[in-house]
Amino acid sequence: MTDLFAARSQMAISLAFHILFAVAGMAMPALMTLAEWRYLRTGEPAALELAKRWAKGTAILFAVGAVSGTVLSFELGLLWPEFMRHAGPLVGMPFSLEGFAFFLEAIFLGLYLYGWKLLPPKVHLATGVGVAICGTTSAVFVTAVNAWMNEPAGFVYVLGPDGVGQFTEIRPWEAMFNNAFFSQALHMVLAAYSAVAIAALGIHAWALRRSPDSAMHRTGLRLALLLAIVSVPAQLVSGHHSAQHIAEYQPTKLAAAESLFHTQTRAPLALGGLPNEETMELEYAVELPGVLSFMAFNDFDAEVKGLEEVDRELWPPVAVVHVAFQIMVGAGTAMLLIAMAGGGLWLLHWRGLGPPPWERRYFLIPAALATPLGLIAIEAGWVVTEVGRQPWVIQGYMKTADAVTPMPGLATPMIAFSLLYLFLGVVVFMLLRRHVLVTTDAAPEPDVAPEGGEA
Amino acid sequence: MSATAVYWLIGVAVIAYAVTAGADFGGGLWDLLATGPRRERQRELIAEAIAPIWEVNHIWMIFVVVMLFSVFPHAFAVVSIALHVPILLVLVGIVLRGSAFIFRAYGMEPDERRAQWGRVFAITSAATPIALGAILAALSSGDILVELDAAGAPQVRSGFFVGWTSPFALAVGLFTLALFTMLAATYLAREAQVRGELELSIDFRRRAVISEAVAGALAMLVCWRAWAESPELFHNLLAQPWSLPAQALTAAVAVAAIVCLRRDMLQVARALVIVQVALVVVGWGVAMDGDLVLGALDHQDAGAREAVLARLPYVLAGGSVLFVPALWWLFRVFKSETASSATS
Repeated sequence: MTDLFAARSQMAISLAFHILFAVAGMAMPALMTLAEWRYLRTGEPAALELAKRWAKGTAILFAVGAVSGTVLSFELGLLWPEFMRHAGPLVGMPFSLEGFAFFLEAIFLGLYLYGWKLLPPKVHLATGVGVAICGTTSAVFVTAVNAWMNEPAGFVYVLGPDGVGQFTEIRPWEAMFNNAFFSQALHMVLAAYSAVAIAALGIHAWALRRSPDSAMHRTGLRLALLLAIVSVPAQLVSGHHSAQHIAEYQPTKLAAAESLFHTQTRAPLALGGLPNEETMELEYAVELPGVLSFMAFNDFDAEVKGLEEVDRELWPPVAVVHVAFQIMVGAGTAMLLIAMAGGGLWLLHWRGLGPPPWERRYFLIPAALATPLGLIAIEAGWVVTEVGRQPWVIQGYMKTADAVTPMPGLATPMIAFSLLYLFLGVVVFMLLRRHVLVTTDAAPEPDVAPEGGEA
Repeated sequence: MSATAVYWLIGVAVIAYAVTAGADFGGGLWDLLATGPRRERQRELIAEAIAPIWEVNHIWMIFVVVMLFSVFPHAFAVVSIALHVPILLVLVGIVLRGSAFIFRAYGMEPDERRAQWGRVFAITSAATPIALGAILAALSSGDILVELDAAGAPQVRSGFFVGWTSPFALAVGLFTLALFTMLAATYLAREAQVRGELELSIDFRRRAVISEAVAGALAMLVCWRAWAESPELFHNLLAQPWSLPAQALTAAVAVAAIVCLRRDMLQVARALVIVQVALVVVGWGVAMDGDLVLGALDHQDAGAREAVLARLPYVLAGGSVLFVPALWWLFRVFKSETASSATS
């Protein structure tokens, strides 16, 4: 294993691990606040129980997210010191703002988790809203940094006499509000809400299959479905917007995602398939003629740039990007079907036609199976944007290979962190199972009292 | 905003981290060393005291890192390369400790598993400050060598185990741990007193006095090792215009803190130990003489950009307008005299 490969793997594993907790930190507070709000409005004990369960889940996920995020902030330098040496001043602005947002998020979360008895109900609810807002804001700032790596802006690049490039005349605000910022931040935020909504929907659907009368799980499913109905279709629109943006500004990434080797008009949308880089052909795929042209430029006859436009050594690993993109779109489509089915059944129920979705067995089974789809889509989407930018770390200016640390033996920390994260992942999974899933309507647990009290 | 102002601002953040997150680490050691008839109650108080605030306290570290790479990117690159290994160790400590704390708080059955996580939390809490101290020691050891490359960027020329594996680094690591445990014991003594648990308060008072004595002895050890191993640092510790007054004041404050602890004036003692740790950081900062890596990288040569320095005040002011009142509220809710009893 080369050190570059080990460094890339360690970064990928750290990000893949952290992002699951980060999205939970963004969207779980919205769910827990919704549940508490419902409790304050209706007085349903099940809603309060749900708010506390979700708050416990948030506490666990946020803590692991905070420490794994710390690891990442250091790893930027530990693994990619040359990248940070040049990019630090350019991406420092969003990172500083993210720091403040994260500070506020942790403060509000502390108040929320341990303030059930100390704060008046409405103030307590407001701290939950604060967690949700700050969590989302901090994710937007972090995404701004990644958007800058994809479409760097806010500097003048000067090649020195020795061939070493320098980023001069830097303009930090321009760097932060780079061209890719809006589409990428929107896509990330909606991804977090969609993934968490679908995961919560699935977990409560699974629990309802075992205990169909649990008021808590019904309320959980209802609120998660509500969030999914709003966020999943919105994500479809945002995904379309992203595709159009990428087609224009990061054409190589789109070409890799679609395995489009040759520039062509009436470019087809490929479903499935495996690209062959040698023959420059996509094998075993179902192709819908003109659909990619339409998706990218709203015109079935538009020309879409293929991979042949750039030198072969500047191609990303086409197969990885292609498969990841297929997984993301496929998972997203399945999530859309679940959300629409749930919404449709709910609407029918309102009209007096049949039972609500939480009482329909044939909705609960696919909903439970869909639990991990959003998280899978997020991981796959992250692979598309990161691997799809390779070999660049700063698109067009710095190659990943030139950013890596001179430190030898990087395989050791890579393996150590992989094992550590695997272990922590298993423990978190077991804890969440215990805290969120266990049905206690029949015999309430002793620890349903506010956890701040006896922590 | 000048580069020098940011240099001192980073110092302020280090102080904030030391007196808040540092005490959370110190609490872990007291968990490990919990003894006597109130052993379990000691552990509970530590957990209750830390739970609502440790994540907020932890973010001061992120703040330091972000300031470092936005304003002093050369220093961030140099430190990340030269101190890769100890930073990794700190990160493993931070991850295990934070996870273990939350796993214990939201524990799983059986209680044995909970106790195991408690031990992980305690051991990593005690080990991480030693590594943190060793990193700071390495920065001031004078052992890390830097040369300018063709593009004028400072590059590390010394090895990956230089500076942080010496007896001096170990002494600084232990000194850091002693200061953190001293802070923790003092805070906990006061917290127990507010809750009216006087015996528990006496337990922690005694621990605070012992840690003060240990910290004093370790301070001597650090000075001796600095004299033997890091002549430049030792010279600066004595020769900088503000160095000797800062050292003398630190010692005086430490003595006053011991007196207050013994006389049960815990509120004053708490303020004094905070001042003491702040003075230790200030004394170290003065001895660093404007360098980020002593003798190798001055903050003026660390890559600060005018554009970043010009915009930073707006970011800091804008963020602080929201952050300062929120932080004040958090500590008022959980650390004010009336609140402490209500959470228990």
